[in-house]
Amino acid sequence: MSSQPGDDVDRTPAEHADVCIVGAGPSGALIAAELSAAGHDVVVLDAGPRFDPADREGEMENHLRPGNPELLWGMGGERDAYSSSGDRHYPLNASRVKGIGGSTLHWQGMVMRLHEQDFELDSSVGLGADWPISYDDLRPYYAAAEEAFSVAGASDNPFAPPREEPHPLPAFPPSYSDSLFAEACESLGITTHSVGNARNSETTDEAGACVGYGTCKPVCPSGAKYDATRHVDVAEANGARVLDRVPVQRLEHDESGERVTAAVYATPDGTEHRQEAREFVLAAGGVETPRLLLLSESETYPDGLANSSGLVGRYFMDHLFAGVGGRLDERTRQKHVGFITSESHQYYDRPDDSRTAIKLEFLNYAGPAPADIAMGSDNFGDDLLDEIWSAYGNHVAMGALVEQLPREENRVTLDPSRTDDHGNPVPDVVWRLDDRTRATIRRANEIQRSVLEELGAEITWTVGPDSTGPTFHHMGTTRMGADPTESVVDPQLRTHDLSNLTIAGSSVFVTGGAMNPTLTIAALSLKAADHLAARL
Amino acid sequence: MELTRRDVLGALSAAGVGSVSGCSDLLDEGAPGENPTEADPITDHDVETLVALAEVVYPSSVTEIESFVREYSVARVRDDQSYARGVSETVGRLDDYVAEWHDDSYVDLSASARVDVLEQMTVDTAGPDPDGVAGERIRYYLVNELLYAFYASPTGAGLVGLENPPGHPGGATSYREGPYE
Repeated sequence: MSSQPGDDVDRTPAEHADVCIVGAGPSGALIAAELSAAGHDVVVLDAGPRFDPADREGEMENHLRPGNPELLWGMGGERDAYSSSGDRHYPLNASRVKGIGGSTLHWQGMVMRLHEQDFELDSSVGLGADWPISYDDLRPYYAAAEEAFSVAGASDNPFAPPREEPHPLPAFPPSYSDSLFAEACESLGITTHSVGNARNSETTDEAGACVGYGTCKPVCPSGAKYDATRHVDVAEANGARVLDRVPVQRLEHDESGERVTAAVYATPDGTEHRQEAREFVLAAGGVETPRLLLLSESETYPDGLANSSGLVGRYFMDHLFAGVGGRLDERTRQKHVGFITSESHQYYDRPDDSRTAIKLEFLNYAGPAPADIAMGSDNFGDDLLDEIWSAYGNHVAMGALVEQLPREENRVTLDPSRTDDHGNPVPDVVWRLDDRTRATIRRANEIQRSVLEELGAEITWTVGPDSTGPTFHHMGTTRMGADPTESVVDPQLRTHDLSNLTIAGSSVFVTGGAMNPTLTIAALSLKAADHLAARL
Repeated sequence: MELTRRDVLGALSAAGVGSVSGCSDLLDEGAPGENPTEADPITDHDVETLVALAEVVYPSSVTEIESFVREYSVARVRDDQSYARGVSETVGRLDDYVAEWHDDSYVDLSASARVDVLEQMTVDTAGPDPDGVAGERIRYYLVNELLYAFYASPTGAGLVGLENPPGHPGGATSYREGPYE
């Protein structure tokens, strides 16, 4: 069980804090671990509960069994109310977890570096915008992030950016179905390779090796998949104070409007407290971070804190899913594990401005599992077994992440017509797809179809431009830049407007590429921690 | 195929019932009695009903169903009292229906009559819902519980070539191996 009302946790403010971090996901946890290790007094405030690792098998069954009324990771309800008023509905609560560990509790655990081109997209091919930092600036932090996540990977990816040393753990070997894909891809001139996984391929001091529960997303019962509770534990062991179920209501600033003075948070009994600190870090994800800034409006900042550019909440981006699946006349050995072991980044870098980035994935979990079929079937006994025989075992599928460029009209704003359990306006995710993104999804589908046809598969489904959905990577809503009129934070991740407010996480991304974002979130967070340590 | 205690432990693992040693402890506490108690909210009749259901929802080639279901179900309910109450209450609803139409209890019906009852109560097409009408509760607490125990473990999934199904910690090597049939 997670921590409950009436527990004995002292949630009053710390008398002295060097740093107050809002959010105990990967970004907040890494910064807390780094700064507490350096001897600083750290307080972390999170809106959600502290989950008991012993409950993870129960969460797994909750996920696997249809009809269970319990919400996965407790997401939903009045606390998490939201609106989605754009052309495309955004399923916000399926895409995040509130609590100690944040969305790494339910993530897939795929970790790869952005490419050099991602940081200079405008100047190289005239798309999107350039970052104010280069790949080389982030490169040492990528290595540190891989170490922090105990990434399992190999250096066989010819499309990857330069790296200085091997991954911390060996890559998971390719699956049987990867070998089928590799042969077809070779015939088509498509190179396949390993993929970085933030799950233990070997036992480390932090966790055991993966034991193949196969339910990585949304829950890893064994703890082999990295989640941010590892660094929360480190931070707490260093003396950091990590409070759960204390949603921050607003940030307050001094009279001059130059410094944040306190984070005002509510405890489960409704009491409000003020946590003061020398430095503040917002690490609450790509939706709640801009929302909190907008909720912190004041006379000095009537449009929201750190929003003199008017860009807080703007440029919301996600990656789009593109996929093609089908069936072979042979067994494909799906559903043994819940993660991916081969990809192709051959179509990642953009040749010109005709398309955005594509990251191709070869799935190890195509089609239904036997239990899925059984629990939804209207057959029993031998008829059911026959049905499972024909429905399981010969599926294949490819997925892809497709890049969406930053567009000002895609945004997170406040919906004044709805309030959460504390009376605060809920976030409104305003999101639509543009023609270039749709064209790139079509291109991804073309490649995927060609591979499945080369395999000899009967194609049975396609997720294309009209049926695509988000892959739950919230990016861009407090973008980084050197110009205060065109960005919210500077290259040190500090807001242009308030000198002691840092923002860490995917909200600072200028463009999103098509790589899963968490390794870059971690690298940027470690960079932010260095800058914070230098100022403290 | 013959179901063994190893299959029971595999099924309990998929159902998230403690550690393997914890499962063994739960299994070793003996059978439930005729009346519900604090330790055993379900009765021997409830377990007999689950066995009777398993005999019609599991493939006919499966043997030793009774010991498998008895051990699995008893350990399961001892681990989760609210689930146990749901099972017991749902067995009551199933028996109420059977008493009304067959003047009997479910365990006393022939195998073909047991299947007929499931169809008459639309359990075959019902969505699982622990708070729904009788057919939906039977699907959730009884039928899908048994199907999950069987097909989310190597026992049942292995029949169709998946020796490490989702929910079972069967290691990170089988995914690399080709088909063996």
